[in-house]
Amino acid sequence: MHAGIIFLLVIIGSILFHIFTPWYWTDIASNWKGMDDTITLTFWVGGGVFVAVCLFMIYCVFRYQHKEDRRAEYKPEDKKLEKILTWATTLGVAALLAPGLIIWNQYVNVPKNAIEVDVMAWQWGWQYRLPGKDGKLGTTQVRNIADNNPFGINPDDPFGKDDIMVESDVINLENNRPVKILLRSVDVLHNWYVPQFRAKMDAVPGTVTFYWFEPNKVGEYEVLCAEYCGVGHYAMRGGVEVQDKADYEAWLGEQETFEQLSARYEKLNVDGNKLAKK
Amino acid sequence: MSEEYDNNKSYQAQSSEVMDGSTGSVNPDIDYVRPSEVGEQELYHPHSFIEKWVFCQDAKVIGVQYFLTAVFTGVVGLILSWLMRLQLGFPELAGFMTAEHYYQFVTMHGMIMVVYFLTALFLGGFGNYLIPLMVGARDMVFPYVNMLSFWMFFVAVAVLMASFFVPGGPTGAGWTLYPPQTILEGTPGAGMGILLMLISLSLFVIGFTMGGLNYMITILQARTRGMTLMRMPLTVWGIFTATVLAMLAFPALLVSAIMMTLDKVLQTSFFMPTILKAGEVLEYGGGSPILFQHLFWFFGHPEVYIVALPAFGIVSDLISVHARKNIFGYRMMVWAIVGIGALSFFVWAHHMYVSGMNPWFGFFFATTTLIIAVPTAMKVYNWILTLWRGNIRINVVMLWCLGFIVTFVNGGITGIFLGNVSVDVPLSDTYFVIAHFHMVMGIAPLMVIMGAVYHWFPLVAGKMLDEGLGKWHFWITFLGAYSIYFPMHYLGFIGVPRRYFEMYDSPYMTSAVGMNEFISIAAFIVGAAQFILIFNIIKTLKTGKKAEQNPWKANSLEWYTSTVPPEHGNFGERLPVVHRWPYDFSVPGAKEDYIPQTTAPSEVIHTEVEKT
Repeated sequence: MHAGIIFLLVIIGSILFHIFTPWYWTDIASNWKGMDDTITLTFWVGGGVFVAVCLFMIYCVFRYQHKEDRRAEYKPEDKKLEKILTWATTLGVAALLAPGLIIWNQYVNVPKNAIEVDVMAWQWGWQYRLPGKDGKLGTTQVRNIADNNPFGINPDDPFGKDDIMVESDVINLENNRPVKILLRSVDVLHNWYVPQFRAKMDAVPGTVTFYWFEPNKVGEYEVLCAEYCGVGHYAMRGGVEVQDKADYEAWLGEQETFEQLSARYEKLNVDGNKLAKK
Repeated sequence: MSEEYDNNKSYQAQSSEVMDGSTGSVNPDIDYVRPSEVGEQELYHPHSFIEKWVFCQDAKVIGVQYFLTAVFTGVVGLILSWLMRLQLGFPELAGFMTAEHYYQFVTMHGMIMVVYFLTALFLGGFGNYLIPLMVGARDMVFPYVNMLSFWMFFVAVAVLMASFFVPGGPTGAGWTLYPPQTILEGTPGAGMGILLMLISLSLFVIGFTMGGLNYMITILQARTRGMTLMRMPLTVWGIFTATVLAMLAFPALLVSAIMMTLDKVLQTSFFMPTILKAGEVLEYGGGSPILFQHLFWFFGHPEVYIVALPAFGIVSDLISVHARKNIFGYRMMVWAIVGIGALSFFVWAHHMYVSGMNPWFGFFFATTTLIIAVPTAMKVYNWILTLWRGNIRINVVMLWCLGFIVTFVNGGITGIFLGNVSVDVPLSDTYFVIAHFHMVMGIAPLMVIMGAVYHWFPLVAGKMLDEGLGKWHFWITFLGAYSIYFPMHYLGFIGVPRRYFEMYDSPYMTSAVGMNEFISIAAFIVGAAQFILIFNIIKTLKTGKKAEQNPWKANSLEWYTSTVPPEHGNFGERLPVVHRWPYDFSVPGAKEDYIPQTTAPSEVIHTEVEKT
């Protein structure tokens, strides 16, 4: 069979695959629809170029197949054509870059009303901390981490006392309220990733990183670790539950603050000491 | 090229130059080539079997040694990929494989294929064999150092392979070796495995520097008379630029390997912050894991082009020869190679958009990354414009070139997704990335390697590889590889993350199971198809048709040696003198459809060849 026909079938097959694929995005559940749209735009422009280049190549293969009595054209350069192609490509690339940068600008500028969520990662699991009534998270240090202080909050920091501890791998979020995810790790790199939210960022030990999104669909989602973190990487799952305001506040009310947790441990200690004395 | 070329002047016979139409003698000035300013290189000829085939100083033998060693590592990498695909497609059959094994295979597959297979094959293999031949030199300028380069590489490979057999096995840190996990318990091979990897990489860089100096200086200083830079085949331009990149990029890998070794052995904290592990604070503090990533990718991104640029160069030559047409826009091609090479040092952090580096870097690196798309696209246009109005032989070599164009354009375009910062956010660390880089720097360069093997085998071995077997090899490889990586992008769209030993039962990912099985089967077939080439080579060496000199009717100097295969010293008594670029195909007025680089203008006086 002629090689050109097989190449042509490959291109047609690729297009058909894209049209009929059952494998595609999960339903988006955050504000980052702009990312999806830029992907779609890039897909049409890029896909168009791919198909055009391949079809031109296939045309040449058919049209200019070797014949003993024919000579190829001898024309080392065509400055005008090269100039047109350079500028057309530059314009096309700029048209794709612009929306990408605009959305990145939104991605790195967190809205003022975003609620902060401290996501702490370790090998291999997650836990979460929310600011208390003062709206501020207390400062932390890895060296402070202990049974009675799972997040390593500085005991002297007044902002830390009312921080809400979520010692679970599932975090609840309020629907339609922007969230600023603050990422920390106590050991190696991790990445808190929910495919439906589209956004992600690495958690890096020794520093605090962030990103934000606004969940807009009530439901339960699976959290995946997206940065390789050792042998348990694939099993490092967590969860998110997006709730309406009322449900969310009810859940929030049930959580323990740092102060309460410390008191509980102190009592445990006192009780333990009493027990020991007896 | 000289200035006349700018004016697009055709070099036609002037009546004054032809003294007498019947004798055809012409003004001898048009054949003038400046005499050599230095004497010829003295070669050390081998005196024994060991000096000829083991500790050999002939670049051609060193090239073959590099090639065979790299192919050996490639076969190891291939087998590792089979094991990975077995786990991903048919976990019930891979009961022997633990997560530790899986991550070790992933890591070793990646490192082997990128560094020990592709880099060594293109620069050590093709570079050594082709550079002296193509620029008209008798050998590399420092043959002894060149020999050391190969043996250093050999030791690096031996150390790497030894890590399979040490306690704890090879490192399973991922080929990017990101700290802190790389050197901590919890990552397989965090003891001996990672140390041997770092030692092996350091040896590789040292050996490679020895070779790289040779390639660069040979190209700059040892070209034959008349071989101006702008008359060099694009293969040489690609390898030259890649070597310059390697000289600048590999030191970043070396220092990061040294610092990481110190972090591991002496508990320094270059890359290690305060870490809590199993309830205890480790003796580290203050280091930056992101610093390592910057160093690694400062090496790692140019590394992509260290593999790609030789492939660009080689494929340009193959397309031109087999389309019987000059490469379209030669000067644009040269400047694109050089420009891509230079730009490749300003884009490294596009691997780190979601690494936690300062997010404002994203604007800069997205812009530089997309700028690279322009010269790269120009190269693609010029390849297909070379085919346009050509006289194309659809042989095995050309098939590999066409396969390269399809896979490279496909992979290049997905690069625009990933380079465009906010588009990268949902796709990074997913199978989309795996599909992208395998297509663009795995399959596409491999297509060129295969094309190059079929193209230059008659020169190296003096025999023609079997075309029928070659076609089977090509079609199975191309169609198979395309059906592995094209659908894989869609796994990335779903959001399936990389480096997952198994998926469990994430609800939206259950549909991926069927695709994983399909991809695995395709991977087994494509891998097995590579043994067709090995069979073809063995068969050809035993019973193959003897190749005539210059079977493809090419113009470049490697086909005009005194013997086939070329002997030590390459060109017999006298070095060739070059009068033109290597792309004078189908020149109007010429008797044949090609004019070798050594043909003097007076011999082709009636042709309308443009002066180069």
